[in-house]
Amino acid sequence: MTPRRPLPAPVEYALIPLVNLLASLVVAAGVLALIGADPLDALGSMAEGAVGSAEAWGYTLYYATNFILTGLAVALPFHAGLFNIGGEGQATMGGLGVALVCLGFGGYSLWLVLPLAIAAAMLCGAAWAAVPAWLQARRGSHLVITTIMFNFLAAALMTYLLVDVLRVPGNGSPETRVFDPSAFLPPMDALLGLLGVPFPSTPLNISLLLALMIALLFWVLVWHTRWGYEIRAVGHSPDAARYAGISISRVILASVMLGGALAGLVAVNEVMGVHHRLFLGFSNGYGFVGIAVALMGRNHPLGIVLAAVLFGALYQGGTELAFDHPEITREIVVVVEGLVILFCGAFENAFRGPIEALFGRTGAKPA
Amino acid sequence: MAVSLRGITKRFGPVLANDDVSFDVARGTIHGIIGENGAGKSTVMSILYGLTASDGGEILIDGRTVTIARSADAIGLGIGMVHQHFMLVDSFSVLENLVLGVEGGWRLSRGLDTARARVTALTRTYGLELDLDALVGDLPVGLRQRVEILKALYRGAHTLVLDEPTGVLTPDEADQLFEILRTLRAEGKTVLLITHKLREIMAVTDRVTVMRAGRVVAEVATADTSREALAVLMVGRALAPLPGKREIAGGPAVLATEGLSVTDAAGIRRVDDLTLSIRAGEIVGIAGVSGNGQSELLAALAGTLPIAGGRVMWRGQPWPSGLGPRDRRRQGLAHIPEDRLRMGLIGAFHAYESAILGYQDDPDYSAGPLLRTGRICDETRRRMSDYDVRPADVDLRSALFSGGNQQKLISAREMERAPAALLVGQPTRGVDIGAIDFIHRRLIALRDRGTAILLVSVELEEILALADRILVMVDGRVVGEVSRADATEQALGLLMAGVRDVAA
Repeated sequence: MTPRRPLPAPVEYALIPLVNLLASLVVAAGVLALIGADPLDALGSMAEGAVGSAEAWGYTLYYATNFILTGLAVALPFHAGLFNIGGEGQATMGGLGVALVCLGFGGYSLWLVLPLAIAAAMLCGAAWAAVPAWLQARRGSHLVITTIMFNFLAAALMTYLLVDVLRVPGNGSPETRVFDPSAFLPPMDALLGLLGVPFPSTPLNISLLLALMIALLFWVLVWHTRWGYEIRAVGHSPDAARYAGISISRVILASVMLGGALAGLVAVNEVMGVHHRLFLGFSNGYGFVGIAVALMGRNHPLGIVLAAVLFGALYQGGTELAFDHPEITREIVVVVEGLVILFCGAFENAFRGPIEALFGRTGAKPA
Repeated sequence: MAVSLRGITKRFGPVLANDDVSFDVARGTIHGIIGENGAGKSTVMSILYGLTASDGGEILIDGRTVTIARSADAIGLGIGMVHQHFMLVDSFSVLENLVLGVEGGWRLSRGLDTARARVTALTRTYGLELDLDALVGDLPVGLRQRVEILKALYRGAHTLVLDEPTGVLTPDEADQLFEILRTLRAEGKTVLLITHKLREIMAVTDRVTVMRAGRVVAEVATADTSREALAVLMVGRALAPLPGKREIAGGPAVLATEGLSVTDAAGIRRVDDLTLSIRAGEIVGIAGVSGNGQSELLAALAGTLPIAGGRVMWRGQPWPSGLGPRDRRRQGLAHIPEDRLRMGLIGAFHAYESAILGYQDDPDYSAGPLLRTGRICDETRRRMSDYDVRPADVDLRSALFSGGNQQKLISAREMERAPAALLVGQPTRGVDIGAIDFIHRRLIALRDRGTAILLVSVELEEILALADRILVMVDGRVVGEVSRADATEQALGLLMAGVRDVAA
């Protein structure tokens, strides 16, 4: 009955996540010690690999770009009280849109191809989210279930398309031909080079700027527009939303489809920015990690950007760790990553009580 | 003395909820504690029952100083609590609820058998007839409350604390409760009755402690005081009488229903062939025990619940059945909902966001797709000062305001547009006397400016004070219309209960 007084923002959004992160690293160190590795050395090489050099940062931020987009894709429907875990499938379908535009408009100026590709990625992602959204809005079918099923459907559809339709005849792998170089997104080292800043060649490309811009737009949309007001009203209190004359099913449809559109943008980074062709499984689990990113970022774009960078660092650092320490298998790396997700996501409130006590916010309001 | 409190003090952050609270309750008496919401009554009782730790002061039971750190201590000392919201398991029988937590041994049937004998003796002594094998979920509220009382007695309570016990009862059920309390007193039990209703204090207590702003401001024998005197003590100032009701203005009907029927999600008919009309410049009161279709009537009129039959008329023209709340609001139908926390505002929203709920698409509030937060805040600030909302902080989360201030915030939103018609559900539920008076005056002023008002309330006093015409609703039907001249609490109570007996 007694509402909790909010903690100061720096505590809520910085101190608590940091404490959670530290706790997870302590446990991770324990696991590493258990398998006979030197925990400090291992975690050190992970950190070094993730943020220890400009090149490391390039990779970390490249992963983070995907996580920002998939995190936002989870967060937007979450503000309407819905859990979109179909980011994986929506990203996959975004890839189809991007690939078709890049294959069809190869040779035209990037100024034409990029907007078209962005639109196609969003359209395909949204379309893939539309059916689960409609089922939730009209039939009450649980979005979690339907979006999971649509992940499988997307994978199956993409397999068919890449094996039977889009594959270059004679090529043994399920992938399209490489796009015309005019449809390649400029990598970040090229862009920074124009500004006279030296940067090593990494997969990082201008999609990062796109993702950051979208995070900003997300913030404006959710907290400063009528439409965001209605989304949050539905998420906090469907009864109050109904009272206010807000169409709940419209909000569900729109927020889930827009979430799908954001997930679809992963393809702009991966397909157009890095691989320059569509191939099977490019979404590589980014859609699922987006769930953890959104949880950890408290569904706020700033939190999501920070969480995305952390997850990017974990991805990149984990790769380095497996490379540097042959005794640490890929599975152990996943365990370490999982621990971070566990502590920062599932146990996010574990240290909240003591921290609140520390800041004297536990006092209940008088009746 | 059964219970004595000495200098109880409790501070919640900056708020002194209890400031040196002392009073004595004699054994075998009914002792009332009265005060507005937020006066600190409930805090004192949670300290006595071990739900809250006090910052200072001591509690004496039968003259001995005791420490009550948890409710088990209180139960051990013979204190029983009947909460405002019942703590019962609906799908258990009465007997199972009674033994919950004190089943005695691992074999349930043996515990139940011994319990049955003891409970039967208790019901006989105190006149608390109950079917021990009925499911609690099937019982009417009045009987559920009996289960709560019995539960406390079964655990050996000598002192019973009842927290706002009549909030959910009909006048008739309340009278039965008072009868039970008198029997308990005759059997030597001590009763502490917490309430904000003067009628109850006058009807049943021996002594009364008045609290205001965390302090005890008076303790008197009930026989030596009057409702008026207690009201002044509670509020701290004399309340001027409300402006009189007026003869029916005879304006045109603004909102009307013809044979309206509404079914709920489970397919049960909640409003049954109901016809009424509300004219400009009158307040039509709907009296009735909570749960007789009033909520569904309001929802159907507001457009949030589909209608199953009949029609709703607006200024003489039928409204299409699919017309939503948004369009109805645009045509001038405002709505102060019954359940302010669930519908009237959104707890997690800033006050200025809740202050435009339902009007969020008003062009005044937006510039293109963007909300004009600055303008919304300015308007909210103005209304907060007009309606004396405290704290006047537009950024505060809506859930952190007290009930009265939330209600003022909602009332300001719905009334300040001078709507053609206004639906009002339980406008003063859980609201303190000062705010009640304020809201009542605003409603009357709105009526005098020509708004057609439909007032639904379970508080007969409120209906009697405000309504120009009173309809009594039972089982989804209007069972009687009482002109304001004939309206008395007794007449309405008979209508509310009498017809129910025929139906049963």
